[in-house]
Amino acid sequence: MCGIVGLFLKNKALEPDLGRLTALMLHEMCDRGPDSAGFAIYGGGDDRAKLVLLSKSGETDWAAMKDQLIAELSAEMEFETLHDHAIIRTNADGRAVRGWIIDNAPDVTVLSLGKNIEVFKGVGDPDRVAKDFGLAERTGTHAIAHTRMATESAITTAGSHPFSTGADTCLVHNGSLSNHNNLREMLMTHGEQFQTENDSEVAAAYLAWRMSEGDTLNQALESALRDLDGFYTFAIGTENGFAVLRDPIACKPAVIAETDDWVAMASEFRAIAPLPGVENAKIYEPEPAKIYSWSHAVKGQAA
Amino acid sequence: MSDTLLRNTTLDVATSSVRDVNRALKAADDGSFQVLNSGGAHALACGLDAPVDVTIKGHAGYYCAGMNKHASVTIEGNASTGLAENMMSGTVRVKGNVSQSAGATAHGGLLVIEGDASARCGISLKGAEIVVGGSVGHMSAFMAQAGALVVCGDAGEALGDSIYEARLYVRGSVASLGADCIEKEMRDEHREQLADLLSRAGIDANVADFKRYGSARQLYNFKIDNAY
Repeated sequence: MCGIVGLFLKNKALEPDLGRLTALMLHEMCDRGPDSAGFAIYGGGDDRAKLVLLSKSGETDWAAMKDQLIAELSAEMEFETLHDHAIIRTNADGRAVRGWIIDNAPDVTVLSLGKNIEVFKGVGDPDRVAKDFGLAERTGTHAIAHTRMATESAITTAGSHPFSTGADTCLVHNGSLSNHNNLREMLMTHGEQFQTENDSEVAAAYLAWRMSEGDTLNQALESALRDLDGFYTFAIGTENGFAVLRDPIACKPAVIAETDDWVAMASEFRAIAPLPGVENAKIYEPEPAKIYSWSHAVKGQAA
Repeated sequence: MSDTLLRNTTLDVATSSVRDVNRALKAADDGSFQVLNSGGAHALACGLDAPVDVTIKGHAGYYCAGMNKHASVTIEGNASTGLAENMMSGTVRVKGNVSQSAGATAHGGLLVIEGDASARCGISLKGAEIVVGGSVGHMSAFMAQAGALVVCGDAGEALGDSIYEARLYVRGSVASLGADCIEKEMRDEHREQLADLLSRAGIDANVADFKRYGSARQLYNFKIDNAY
């Protein structure tokens, strides 16, 4: 099964409520994915790179890691810890930090990297994961969350969604991919680094790779329709954008609702029902193999 | 919960489990029931087998009114996957939109969807009648064997793929016809059937605006030319 929700705000006045509304949506999807959960929130940041890390054992010595990173990368590092997660803010190149951690810290998984995105995950009751990481109090422009019923790989925190391999890009997935092993090998030859055995991480890395090659999000998704084999409903976040894509058979559920104030996507309508103004929303099911995307205007760039 | 419910009873999903609500509905021989705070719960009003009248005052989740027999179920919201699947008789009406596989394998009864239905509406239809006020998604009436599907809006890709004998009436555009599904002549018997279905569904539409689709009957026996 698995449950997916995504909320992309068009009205800035709702930004203080992003986390609260996302938590309400996630709550409705608890029984679709009771084994683990996670969320990505685009809450802004400064010019520094921001990375969210997970300690797999829960016992990582963050202070020692911070000293090592400062010594290795000759950069400033600010560490903040939250349960088994740590958030780094640094003036170093974020990709270099991610690469160093993957190569040198086997007990640590890099959950996200970017200027805007933060990803938090946990095993067990999705509502508890949301509470542990303060989802309801978080603010921002858009958020994606997932409740997991594992099929393709183990129930671990690192194996929970969202998956994020490229800067400010993340993906949640309901379904299963059949050609992820081949794709993983192909992507590794292009320099992508993987941290789990999960098929959905491959989909996230695929999109990140296409976009690093210069594709827009929509172009990357068009390529994905050609190259990814399997069942999927994806919700994807980028620094300024949000997208939904279903495979050409479209067996995995999805519903989109849109008002002047927000766009919401979920596995089932009941996750959208608590949103303000839903009674006036345009509600539809995304068609198979059709890309749905929204973005905020970026400074100096058309919407 | 007592099995001696009175008429016009209100059942609340917020305070009773779905199982208790369904048990109460199934225990009744007749009467009207309102189901409150449905909140998209799955399997509401399933397996009813008596002429009860049930109104769900909200959104319904998966498999609502599945296997319905004799009962009249109205959903004053949207319904999710598998609405009225394998319905045998009675009426199911949805005021909003419905998700995929509405009316799957339904043998009898009338299913009215006032909004849109998504993919695979009426898949493997076995005799029920479905009237959709809006549009239907891809692969609707896939392998439909008997019954009728009326679409007042548009139909998605591969309408009526591998259809047997069901009658399909579409007012708007058809994105594409599935294997062995063709447009067919509208004769008086079809106009009468369509007018009757629209009337029973309470939908005001002009019969003359519809086209009929059905089986070319080329897939009944194995034919190598049909292999991909």
